[in-house]
Amino acid sequence: MRTTTGAHYGLRDWIFQRITAVVMAVYTIVVAVGLFFGIHDTSERWHAFFAFGPVKFLTFLFALCLCYHAWIGIRDIWMDYVKPVWVRLTLHSLTLLALLGYAGWCLEILWRL
Amino acid sequence: MESRTVQFRIYRYDPDKDAKPWMQDISLELEETDHKLLDAIVKLKAKDDGIAFRRSCREGVCGSDAMNINGKNGLACLTDIESLKQPIVLRPLPGLPVIRDLIVDMTQFFAQYHSIKPYLVNYDPLPERERLQSPEDRDELDGLYECILCACCSTACPSFWWNPDKFVGPAGLLAAYRFLADTRDQATSERLDNLDDPYRLFRCHSIMNCVDACPKGLNPTKAIGKIKDMMMRRAV
Repeated sequence: MRTTTGAHYGLRDWIFQRITAVVMAVYTIVVAVGLFFGIHDTSERWHAFFAFGPVKFLTFLFALCLCYHAWIGIRDIWMDYVKPVWVRLTLHSLTLLALLGYAGWCLEILWRL
Repeated sequence: MESRTVQFRIYRYDPDKDAKPWMQDISLELEETDHKLLDAIVKLKAKDDGIAFRRSCREGVCGSDAMNINGKNGLACLTDIESLKQPIVLRPLPGLPVIRDLIVDMTQFFAQYHSIKPYLVNYDPLPERERLQSPEDRDELDGLYECILCACCSTACPSFWWNPDKFVGPAGLLAAYRFLADTRDQATSERLDNLDDPYRLFRCHSIMNCVDACPKGLNPTKAIGKIKDMMMRRAV
């Protein structure tokens, strides 16, 4: 059978994987600084930190970045190890749907704050 | 240095005779003048002429005697026997089909190399003598043109093991960048189009096994990074 390549994508994912990594690193630092200043001391302080507008924005951005980053990483694993096209497409779809679900769930949690 | 006995453990497989591969333990008397692993393998062949391996120039130029030496890919002719722990375990390059003993089928490897069009594409009329470059432009090709296509790098790359039919591999991508970096080449856009694929280029996750394996000290990971950089500059 002919080997088909030349999908003409890859660069976008490669760039976004790096951008999302930077966003996640920045968010990790923000939360680490928060923990250093004792946001976890009481439930009220913990709630106030995550309800603070910019942190809320950053948390949601972090969740989206995590999902996109995970999508590329997990998809790469399927592409490496799963050869039958239909099995791979199914796994791709399930991964994408799960990640979309997680992103929605995260939004719902943040909305309540 | 006096003559000494060296222990070897060699991968043997003759598809006409063997149901499956096996490892042969063999010891060998080496003379003071035997320095390189290839010297020893040539003597092994004299002792047991069934052992099959490739060799040609015996000085690290032809790339024929690439093999897996004590778990690491390298050229037998450039490897000092004294630097190796005994028994010296010799296996064929990993990931490629074995034809016999230490000889592998390089068809897939060369198919990937040919897929990147490893030649200069220039649409200008042929010059009277040669296409000149400035010394600075010529310097761009250092670290790229020296590749001898021994396949040590590509066969050390897990991405190439999993997708040898789709991933170009470090050797092919190093060659691709050699022509992308060449100021005389006029097919940059076509070359980048040819590589903009989740398999062909982006299976590389920069784990640098290729750099570790290259017997010529080249850096395919760096070249791959430069291809991605060129692609990004074109896109944004």
